[in-house]
Amino acid sequence: MFAEYWNPYIERMPIEDLHKLQEERLRSLVRYVHDHSRFYRQRFQEAGVEPDDIKKLSDVTKLPFTSKRDLRNTYPTGMFCIPENWVVRYHVSSGTTGKPTVVGYTQGDVDMWTESLARALTSIGLGRGDVIQVSYGYGLFTGGLGLHYGAERIGATVLPTGAGNTERQIELMQDLGSTAIACTPSYFLYINEVAQKMGVSIRNDTKLRAGILGAEPWSEETRKRIEDSTGIKAYDIFGTSEMSGPLFTECHLQNGIHIWADLFLIEVIDPKTGMRVEDGERGELVVTSLDKWAFPLIRYKTGDITILNNEQCECGRTHPRIMRILGRTDDMIIVRGINVFPSQVESVLMRIPEIGDNYQIIVDRKGPLDVMTVKVEVTESTFSDKIADLMSLSREVGRQLKNVLNITAEVELVEPGAIPRSEGKAQRVIDMRRV
Amino acid sequence: MEGIKQISIFAENKPGRMARVARTLADASVNIRALTIAEAGDFGVIRMVVDDTEKGYKALHDDGFTVSETDVLAVEIKDIPGGLYEIANTLGMNNVNVDYAYAFVTAKAERAMLILRVDDIEKATEVLSDAGVRLATREEIQNI
Repeated sequence: MFAEYWNPYIERMPIEDLHKLQEERLRSLVRYVHDHSRFYRQRFQEAGVEPDDIKKLSDVTKLPFTSKRDLRNTYPTGMFCIPENWVVRYHVSSGTTGKPTVVGYTQGDVDMWTESLARALTSIGLGRGDVIQVSYGYGLFTGGLGLHYGAERIGATVLPTGAGNTERQIELMQDLGSTAIACTPSYFLYINEVAQKMGVSIRNDTKLRAGILGAEPWSEETRKRIEDSTGIKAYDIFGTSEMSGPLFTECHLQNGIHIWADLFLIEVIDPKTGMRVEDGERGELVVTSLDKWAFPLIRYKTGDITILNNEQCECGRTHPRIMRILGRTDDMIIVRGINVFPSQVESVLMRIPEIGDNYQIIVDRKGPLDVMTVKVEVTESTFSDKIADLMSLSREVGRQLKNVLNITAEVELVEPGAIPRSEGKAQRVIDMRRV
Repeated sequence: MEGIKQISIFAENKPGRMARVARTLADASVNIRALTIAEAGDFGVIRMVVDDTEKGYKALHDDGFTVSETDVLAVEIKDIPGGLYEIANTLGMNNVNVDYAYAFVTAKAERAMLILRVDDIEKATEVLSDAGVRLATREEIQNI
């Protein structure tokens, strides 16, 4: 329909040429980090690898992994490869699971980030004439500023609302004619909920047609629910702060997230063994940056669980795709020895029309047994006066969860609004066992 | 004759939920005629008949409660032994099932009333009327 590319030369580059480009960039990256970072030099030494050992693309597996732990241990800037007066910007992650982590950018790094998003936003059909409402947080979080620069680069109009103040967001959306919004999927659901209370229909009373949603794992079923209830197209966006911030989205075909291969080399591994899994199998995403200079990444374990797809997309872009993020290695909960991802629970719940868009998973221990409780909200439109109907709804949710998860979950029906809403990343799991 | 509507509210089984419902109705100056709570573990359903159903429904809905309206019957019970039997038997003989029921007595009107939720409201109305049982109208409930 809109065969438009931001950078057609790169985006449609024949795969062999792309690999050649990656190989060249990998070689110079390894030399660069070795020469500019004591941290990487030491790591290479421990792994017994020299820059000259990296000749072919497949040699990347000789390089050691890095992880969030390395970032924390070298806090604040021990993994940087440039003098600090070359840094044009810092972003800092919230540190919900430990010490905060600091990322830094040269001007070139900011430009690379912006280029990546310019390609991505163009691939979903946005450009000049669009009004993109950026409802990700601005400031230390990468989401707001990242999308802001990317949207400006393609000539769109940016409405930098940031997160929060939801009623005002909806008024501005109407008054200034936002055609796209960037935020977390849970915040978009909340915006829709507030709009309904205000008597505003996103479908009929706004020009919104695209949502660029991410920064937390979400499911295909949630996408369907968002699209059906608001009439917009919801696109998945991916990127971690260590990689720069949000960088990649699906194209207009909505079938996997295109990872620009000239900018990042990706692998999907078994988090336990560190070995690569077959294409099409789920595993942990590992990234190596190919055009990032202040804070380059070598085989960085993102903690995000996904599936790699090397088949070429019908949109004409030759770059590999990953499936939506299925969960995180650190948000996987183990209940009675069984691995449970919140996204699995979500995909079950979103198929059941009688329950609302919000849910919470609570894991606790009763005696020797783990007990998983899933809280879901009853919706007014389907609320039945009969206890029996409510009980059978609760049983049905439990039955469907058991089918998918293979464990019994207690289902608790709660009042609408009882589950806390979030303007950023939603907290879906409360694990009481650690306390 | 305009039928009687009951308000049902979904409520979590937690301290203070009932108070919130009651306060919302008090603030809206809605008077409760009869009330019952059916509980099922973590949650319950509060059912009530009020003097002004529209106003009560709107006040609760706007306050964020999950509310629904249900058609019910309000029948007058004779305050003598066998009063309830007459009604229940009439419905049973005619194959009308009672989903649930709750009763109240009004001092002012000196009447006992039974709120009935049945599976076939038209048939119930017909067979009870034929049996000489008096059914209250909406106006009567409002003006008790």
